[in-house]
Amino acid sequence: MAIIERPTTELAPTVVVTPSQSLGALKRPVETTGWKEWLVTVDHKKIGIMYGAVAMLFFIVGGVEALFIRLQLALPDGRILSADKYNQMFTMHATTMVFLFAMPMAAAFANYFLPLQIGARDVAFPRLNALSFWLFLTGGVILNASWFLGGAADGGWFMYAPNSGPVFSPSNGVDFWIIGLQIAGIASLIGSINLIVTVLNMRAPGMTLMKMPVFTWMILVVQFLLVFSLPVITVALVLLMFQRSYGATFFDVSQGADPLLWQHLFWIFGHPEVYVLILPGFGIISEVLPTFSRKPLFGYPFVVFSGASIGLVGFGVWAHHMFASGLGPVSVAVFSISTMAIAIPTGVKIFNWLLTMWGGKIWFSTAMKFAVGLVVMFTIGGLSGVTHSVAPSDTQQTDTYYIVAHFHYVLFGGMVFGLFSGFYYWWPKVFGKMLNEKLGSWNFWFMVIGMNLTFGPMHILGLQGQPRRMYVWTEARGGSGLFTFGFWNMVSSIGSFILSVGILFFLINIVITARKGKQAPADPWDARTLEWLTTNPPKAHNFDRIPVVHHLDEFFHRKYEEDPATHTMTQVASGESLIRLEEENAETHIHMPSPSYWPLVLAIGIGVLGLGVIYGTPIMVVGGLTVLLGTFGWVLEPSTAEASDFETPSDDGHTKEIAPLV
Amino acid sequence: MSTATEAHNDAHEHGMSDAGYIKIALILAAITALEVSTYYVDFGPLFMPSLLIMMVIKFVMVVSYFMHLKFESRIFSFLFYTGLGLALFVYFVALATFKFFIA
Amino acid sequence: MSDTATHATDHASEAGHHSSTGLSNNKLAMWLFLGSECLLFGGLISTYMLYRGRVSDGPHPSQIYDIPFTSVSSFVLLMSSLTMVLAVTSAQRKDDSRTTLWLTVTALLGATFIGGQVYEFTTFYREGLGFTTSLFSSSFYSLTGFHGVHVSVGVIMLLATTGIIKKNKVTGNKAEVVELVGLYWHFVDIVWIVIFTLIYLIPS
Repeated sequence: MAIIERPTTELAPTVVVTPSQSLGALKRPVETTGWKEWLVTVDHKKIGIMYGAVAMLFFIVGGVEALFIRLQLALPDGRILSADKYNQMFTMHATTMVFLFAMPMAAAFANYFLPLQIGARDVAFPRLNALSFWLFLTGGVILNASWFLGGAADGGWFMYAPNSGPVFSPSNGVDFWIIGLQIAGIASLIGSINLIVTVLNMRAPGMTLMKMPVFTWMILVVQFLLVFSLPVITVALVLLMFQRSYGATFFDVSQGADPLLWQHLFWIFGHPEVYVLILPGFGIISEVLPTFSRKPLFGYPFVVFSGASIGLVGFGVWAHHMFASGLGPVSVAVFSISTMAIAIPTGVKIFNWLLTMWGGKIWFSTAMKFAVGLVVMFTIGGLSGVTHSVAPSDTQQTDTYYIVAHFHYVLFGGMVFGLFSGFYYWWPKVFGKMLNEKLGSWNFWFMVIGMNLTFGPMHILGLQGQPRRMYVWTEARGGSGLFTFGFWNMVSSIGSFILSVGILFFLINIVITARKGKQAPADPWDARTLEWLTTNPPKAHNFDRIPVVHHLDEFFHRKYEEDPATHTMTQVASGESLIRLEEENAETHIHMPSPSYWPLVLAIGIGVLGLGVIYGTPIMVVGGLTVLLGTFGWVLEPSTAEASDFETPSDDGHTKEIAPLV
Repeated sequence: MSTATEAHNDAHEHGMSDAGYIKIALILAAITALEVSTYYVDFGPLFMPSLLIMMVIKFVMVVSYFMHLKFESRIFSFLFYTGLGLALFVYFVALATFKFFIA
Repeated sequence: MSDTATHATDHASEAGHHSSTGLSNNKLAMWLFLGSECLLFGGLISTYMLYRGRVSDGPHPSQIYDIPFTSVSSFVLLMSSLTMVLAVTSAQRKDDSRTTLWLTVTALLGATFIGGQVYEFTTFYREGLGFTTSLFSSSFYSLTGFHGVHVSVGVIMLLATTGIIKKNKVTGNKAEVVELVGLYWHFVDIVWIVIFTLIYLIPS
């Protein structure tokens, strides 16, 4: 029986799991330590760490790809990359950053902290959670394998057809892109269903939706965006795959096809996708800013509802990516207006963040620096975005570097800064040590200066006429005087290397902290939300006692009481004392879901199935059979070894049993 | 609790007995017959609207009764109909940009 | 196991779960999944609607569709929804033998539908409508093919559930398992309700 009796203060009690009934010779995995443990884990915290590590790796891969681009464009007549290689480089840079870094890194944070923030012990479907991670890894590997197997995809990250069809992109690169993204897409779809059910069903008693932390809310909105937008790109990818691999003519103009079909299908997914990218960052800083301003978030309901509005309206603006495609004036006007509308809820957030800081006692930790950096950088990016919403001006800007500037300000200055804020904020909780603040400062300043030097000039370059995706520029096109293509491209390229040094500082920080960092207290920042009511790192079962929630910012309200007369806060408990209190009142008979190797098996099967599209039907059959048998194995395996089920306590104190099917 | 009362409670809880489901199925069959009749009988200008209306009625009936959505928590309806609504919206708009609805 | 008193008050979800909403995790997940599938099939249907008149080669829709035949197979699928519901109510009444009976009948009806699709596709192919013949043909086969795969997966799930019930190896709540399979099955049916009208009955 997988029972943890009277949890001790040890960090990770080892659990001995006796294997349940097995299918023939296949026994349930029992590993709880060592590297094998990671292969079969269903613990959301471990899965979160794996997501984070792999995403960081892909961040570096994508960054190197970007540096190649900047090297090529630093000087006229660049010879570092051929046209063909350049196409692959910008395609893979974007694809990697969006799908293999940003989304999985957000998933890392969501996986680790969402259950903790809502007072749960894990997610609703732990094995599916593991499957999502292994599918992501499979998709990422397949995508990047293309570099070594005939060339990477070269059609740009939005892969417009018919350019991405078999005639104009004959190598297998696009096929790898299709398969890799389909698989990663399945991972995200499964993950989105998992997290929505988790938020709906596994909140601690007393935690109504409007008492949830903003990070949890933003992740919830993101999951809704994913669950409803991913199927659309699935259709697009399937149609393209049928054309490339089976001779269909969906995007063959000579047969009567309309290239706009691809554009619509891609952007109906693609626009919600950019909100998928930014909202987690918004969520992170909505935790960081109040903590380091020593003030509650200003206008919590407005921040929540504006997040939900962005999600909803985000489904109605996609054709603003198509203003120059020949849609016609009516369509363009409609989408122009809807795009302007979506600036409003975003603006609401910016004001709420500023008002959170106003009058607060600001502590400029590194996490806070990045959070403030997001507010400033994202506003700049948002302003250029507003200029895009005006269709006539967008017609000048589209497919130039002005657009590249816009989305890098919102993505790098917005999303990446948000993620880095999260790293510095939550590192002590996950790894038990605080990242070095001095190095953090170097990290931040190099990143912010580097970022602005890299992407700032791109606004000017775009307006000067430098198109996107142009593999080389010549002196003749560069203009005259001091501020030419040459000048700004050089500034931008130098900026990109300054940016890289900033990232390097972060990596050095990680290593130095691991080696010499001091142990962190459980609540180093005097934070406000429930994930801090745990040890460093949290125990396997997260909470010794599932908290009963009475307030928004429950953890804060347990530490501080407000004097009704004077409205001053006095501290009545520390984080550490609260955690000790929980330990003293720990629950007995906490049942956790057991490890399983089926997620890994299924992910491998799906990967092989996908490769079969490129390499032949026999391989598809092998993959398909693995998937079929793996599914049966999964379904027949109880989610927890033996009859014990995953439990959360009920209101009346009796423990009830939940038997998740998956 | 005896099985009889359990079954009785179930029927009340879920609002439908087997006979009720068979009735729904018969109605659906009748509507289907009417739909197919449009292939043989000239409905004139009513052709398109009546087919679309019948399609929607069958759709909603299967969802509400066979899938039991009418008797369940509103949350399920929200999750499903949001997906359906978004699908109708984005694809309707996309087709409109292709001038699909203009004769 | 929890005592019956607490169980009786918690009859909102048959599976006896305790959750913030009082609803079952698995059911929430299935409805979410079906919501997302609306966008999948919507995309394929829209592609068809856009391309149904683009016949660079081969037969036109009006020349190839056999409405009487498709009407019969549509009826078969519709009735399978009824038998599916009967399987669910049997499972809720804890009548295993009835449950497996109705599940098997549903699977048979589903397999009949698939048989009809296979016959239809092979006939069309012989009449000159291949997968790559025209935009109309590619769109038609993609849409109905995707639907057919969904039905086939459904048939496998029905048979697998039947087998697992018979071998008494159900993990979790048996009635809920049948109900979840049922939700998927009905969805596949309502997609066909839409396809039958938009693709077959309304000529381009």
